[in-house]
Amino acid sequence: MADFDQELDASGLNCPLPILRAKKTLNAMSSGQVLHVIATDPGSVKDFDAFAKQTGNELVESKEEGGKFHFLIKKS
Amino acid sequence: MEQKKLAIIATKGSLDWAYPPFILASTAAALGYEVQVFFTFYGLQLLKKKPNLEVTPLGNPGMPMPMGMDKWFPVLGLALPGMQGMMTAMMKQKMKSKGVASIEELRELCLEAEVKMIACQMTVDLFDMPKAEFIDDVEYAGAAAFFEFAGESDICLYI
Repeated sequence: MADFDQELDASGLNCPLPILRAKKTLNAMSSGQVLHVIATDPGSVKDFDAFAKQTGNELVESKEEGGKFHFLIKKS
Repeated sequence: MEQKKLAIIATKGSLDWAYPPFILASTAAALGYEVQVFFTFYGLQLLKKKPNLEVTPLGNPGMPMPMGMDKWFPVLGLALPGMQGMMTAMMKQKMKSKGVASIEELRELCLEAEVKMIACQMTVDLFDMPKAEFIDDVEYAGAAAFFEFAGESDICLYI
């Protein structure tokens, strides 16, 4: 996994909490910084893709590993 | 790009139907939408400081019942005293175990994200609901005020 500035573990949380927590964490970060989100909600794969497209934050990476979903989001 | 707008009318006051307005409002706010929710009739229950929301299997054939209870207790059995309280407790337990947020938590996230919550003044008066029972962030207005925002919204939902 590439470098990141902050990590958010949203394991066990269901829709829409992973997105809401991610948004809140991104709010406190500065432009260009990367957030690593870990989630177990299978719906989060499409949701983080949609979140990135609509907010302009870049989804640098999205993958499944060890039964968990990992997302790298670069704040715009 | 101009900020998108979401307008929601929330009319229902049961635990299950409390979710759609708060899930959609909080998510839209996270996506950058400006959001207003207009609460009317039973939807006003969602604005109470301590919402006491329940779920009922009555008149709801689509509700999955644990342990095939709907087969053992057809229609009239669902009207037994205590059934609603039991279903509510089971639903809350299930939601907690699946990591689904509580209504209070989602509402708080909406408020943090500056979702505007408007109570229908007419129904507040109709039901003699004391304003002290509602959370402080509520504004009171009527249908015309809703249209002022809804008329310019990109998405408008009636729930």
